[in-house]
Formats: sequence, structure tokens, C-alpha cells
Amino acid sequence: MTALTQPRTIPATNTRSKRTRDPVRWLYFAAFLVVTVALMLPVIIIVLTAFKPASEVNAFPPSLFPHQWTFANFKAIFSALPFGRLIANSFGFAGGVTLFALMFDSLAAYALARLDFRGSKILLIVIIASLMIPFQATLIPIYKIVSDLGWVNTFAGLIAPRAADAFGIFFLRQFFISLPRDLDNAARIDGASEWRIFRSIILPNAVPALMTLGIFTFVNNWNDLLWPLVFTTDQKMGTITSGLTLLTGPGGIIPQGIMMAGALIAILPLAIMFLLVQRRFIESVASTGLK
Amino acid sequence: MTTQQQLQRRRPYRPPGQLGGRTPLNGTFKRRATIVGFLAPALIVLAAFVGWPMISALQLSFTDASGFGTPRFVGFDNYVRIFTNPNIVRAMGNTALYAVLFTPVAIIVALVLALMLNSDRLPFRGFFRSSLFLPFIVSLAVAAFAWSYLLDPQIGLLNYWLQTAGIRIGNVLQDPVLAMPTVVLVAVWKSFGFYMVIFLAGLQDIPKSLYEAAQLDGANGWKRFVHVTFPMLSNTMTFVVIVALIAALQAFDQIYVLTGGGPYRSTETIVMQIYQSGFKDLDLGFASALSYVLLIVTLLLSLVQFLFFGRRGEDTTS
Repeated sequence: MTALTQPRTIPATNTRSKRTRDPVRWLYFAAFLVVTVALMLPVIIIVLTAFKPASEVNAFPPSLFPHQWTFANFKAIFSALPFGRLIANSFGFAGGVTLFALMFDSLAAYALARLDFRGSKILLIVIIASLMIPFQATLIPIYKIVSDLGWVNTFAGLIAPRAADAFGIFFLRQFFISLPRDLDNAARIDGASEWRIFRSIILPNAVPALMTLGIFTFVNNWNDLLWPLVFTTDQKMGTITSGLTLLTGPGGIIPQGIMMAGALIAILPLAIMFLLVQRRFIESVASTGLK
Repeated sequence: MTTQQQLQRRRPYRPPGQLGGRTPLNGTFKRRATIVGFLAPALIVLAAFVGWPMISALQLSFTDASGFGTPRFVGFDNYVRIFTNPNIVRAMGNTALYAVLFTPVAIIVALVLALMLNSDRLPFRGFFRSSLFLPFIVSLAVAAFAWSYLLDPQIGLLNYWLQTAGIRIGNVLQDPVLAMPTVVLVAVWKSFGFYMVIFLAGLQDIPKSLYEAAQLDGANGWKRFVHVTFPMLSNTMTFVVIVALIAALQAFDQIYVLTGGGPYRSTETIVMQIYQSGFKDLDLGFASALSYVLLIVTLLLSLVQFLFFGRRGEDTTS
């Protein structure tokens, strides 16, 4: 849990007991807890309101905790929207993008990191430069291509434009060059093909980086609003994120409790994923931010 | 980065075509095929959905394309329309205001929390770090639902608590002055965890010896911050400022959910206008021109970042 602090929090036992008795330390802790809970308020309100009956959701004065817990909102969201379908779409879209992006990005990253070829440096610079293009700026031509291909309202249309991305290639390339060269050179001298080296030496050693990038890609796409809003005009092809905004966006009116139930379901898969790998994830986010 | 070591390790290495006993020509051809095979999938996707759209958007921006009929070349008309349309000029102003509000607030919140988290005196730092990072994985649109409920003038809990404390904020999302700070607040809430984690990493990189030296010189906490922490954090700071500015230029999700650009267009941003003119009004030429304006501003900001981090950039590309 306390990864960043570990080297420093293993002092001799006597200092430790001195530290736990330090009153300022616990005052500090209490203050920080209050700030954290306050900052968590929106998440807390989503969770608690999702279980409130409609009468309590709209009651005045409002209360934080439900007096009576109910699952009614979860039942209602499935009838207000094709919600099962939206969940499946979100998994299909975010999962599909993640799968393809990991595959294509790692292949290209391997070539850039390991197969010295003429122009590799220029290619890398071009890829890094393309990182600076916001997707919002090229959305219209992308939409034209997707619609010319007849891919509006299909998974192909949602996934194909994001099947590779410059950030992923750069991120994995940075990781691959940090792996010791001796690892694959030995195999190369033994006559192993590049594909074989990639598959059975590089990839197994890059699992942490692939996982981080995978979660990052999955979270970003799961949460994206503009993209599914543009590429799906049929409500049945929307994602959770875009589907929920139909209820709340301009003109949409829906009981807040039902909305929060939807919001909770939208957050849940990401929260579970995050809790499983939070430490590693946060650390690699931090280090990529600095590179 | 251990760039130097990598370079030294890299030089003696030669591709197996020259290394093994194979004929160079055979080796070269097979090798080229291998390289192409590895690069092709990603490069095809990037060329089709990043490279081509960039050229295509520029082309479109000089036409009156609408999705129907043959687009006509109209020269710089769309660009003239952008800068003479009061709604677009307003949206640009709003985007600038958003950036000016968002960037310092997000950075101060993130930096203060990072400094607190970095303190030895705080127990359970890992727990706090994860909790505070959590908003970053919540979608901005979903976060906006929670905020709209918290801020609801009738049944909103936050509104009620503030009222109890004697502060009347009314219906902030319908208030032409307060709507913008509110959508900024939601964005700050969503992203401070990300910047905090980056600051935290920057703080951990500051050598402890500097603090010890400062302490010996009798510098107090504030002085240590001003003379040690802050200067040592300047690279991280520049990075975060530029990343935050670029993110601010692309504001859309929570505004779409919370205000739809209102009241009285007071929260309309450039990306909202691109969405509106491109996908609702089908004024593709105009929307493309607007996209290009966004693209150019973003590229300029990125260029500043690249120049500032020039040396670091070289490190990472070598």
C-alpha cells in the first residue's frame, strides 16, 4: 500500500513506537482524512443515492445516508435504457480498442526498440509529434472515413480508428528499450526469428507495462463521451457513458436515484480494476508523466 | 534514464543479417519484410485515422462541405466566419477563461495534496494516495451527474449544507456568472489526482540532502519550500501546466452534461462548437476550420513544452 514510503517506514522498533505516539502525526492524519472524505463526496453520493427510494432522493432536507435501502433504482435503470446492451457495448468497445491497441502498439514498439533500421528515429519523432494532435480536431474527417466505410453504429467504426495509438507505441517502446539487450541477442544468435523473440522473450517480460497501458486505454475509452456520441446514432450501439447522458443531457429528465444507479454501474468495473492494480498503475502514470 | 549506457550497449550490435553466415542480400530482404510486418498494422491505422484526417481537415476547412452535394472551394471564408461570428469568439473567450480558471486551481490543489502526502508525518499514505487518485478513473460525464445532484437548488446536499452554513449559492448551473466556475470545479475534481501523482513523483526525486543542508542553514518549512522544493519542481511544474492547459482546451464532457453550453452560451467551448457545427448543423467546412484553429493552438502549446523539455525529449528519443 505505502509503496512510495516503504524504504523509509521500516525504522527500528523504538523509533516506530515513538512515531505512533506522536500526537501531531494523528492530528495530521485526522485532518487529511476529512479532506479526503470531502473530496470523495461525489463518489459517496453516487453510491448512497443509488440505494435510496425515490421519496428520499427528492426529500427536503436531503440526507446523506438512505433511511431505507432499496434496489429499485437498479431495476428501473434497466427499463429506462437498454442498459444490459449498453454495458455489453462498453465492454465491446473499450475491450476491443484495448486488445487491438495492445497488439498493434507492442508490435510497432518492438520494431522501434529492437530492429535497428534506417529511418527508425525519424519515424519515432513523427509518432511522438502525432501525440500532440487532439482527437477532437480530426473528428470530422475521421467521421467521414468511418461513414464512407459504412461503419457508423458498428463496433468496427468505434474501434478501428483507435486500434493503434501513438502514446501506446511510445510508452511500450520506452519500456522495451529498458529491457536488457542480452536477453534477446542470445536468442538471436541461436537463430530465433524476430517474431519468436518478440512473442516469447519480450512480451512475457513486458507484462507490467502491457497491463498499465491496457488499463489506461480501457479506462479512457470506457469513460469517453464525445467518441461514442459521434459514432453511434442508434441508441442500441451507445456505451454506458453516452447512454446515461441521453437521460441527463440537454432535455433529458430522469429521477436522480435511477441516474446514480446507472452511474454506479458505470464506475464499478473500473473501480474494481483499479483497486486490483492501483499501486503499480499510479506509479507508472507518475513516471510516464515525467518522461 | 540510463541513456548513455543504452547507447553504448547499442553501438556494437548489428542485425543478424550481417552477424550470421547468411548472404547480406537474402538477410536484408527478409529483415525488411520482418520490419514492415511489425510496423504495418499500427502505421496503417495511424496513417488512416491520424495522418489522413489531418490533411483532410485542412482541405475541408477551405470548402463549404456539408455532407450533401459537391463541396465548393471557398478560400478563407470559414476562417473569416470563425473570427467574425460572435458565438465562436465567445466560445474562444470561454475556453480561455476555462483554461485560466482550471489550470491554477487544479495545480494548487494537486500540489498542496502532494506536499501533504509526501510528508513523513502522515500515516497510511498509500491509502490516501489511492483514494485521492480514484476520481481520475471516474468518467467526467458520470462525475457530472453526481455534481449536478449535489448542487441541485432544491434537493442538493451540498447546496443544503452551504445554506445551513448561511451561504446561498442558488442554482449555480443556471447562473451566467457561476456556471463556468462550476464546470471548472468538476474538471478540477476529476483531474487533480492525476497531477498530484505527477507532483508526488517529482517530489520524491528531490534529493533529501538538499533539505538537510537547508535545515542546517536554519531554513524553516516555508523557506525550504520556496528555496528547495519549488525550484527543484520547476520541470514537473512546467509539464503539468502545459498538460493542464491542453486538457482545458478540449473541455467538453462535463459541460455537455451539466449545462449544454448554457446559460446564455456562457459555458460554450471550442469543442462544443465543433460538435455542434460539425455533427448537428452539418457545417463540415466551418467545423473543420474550427478544428484546425484548435489543432494549431494545441500544437503551439505542445511546441513550447517540447522546447522547454528539449533536452529531456532528446533523452527519451535516443
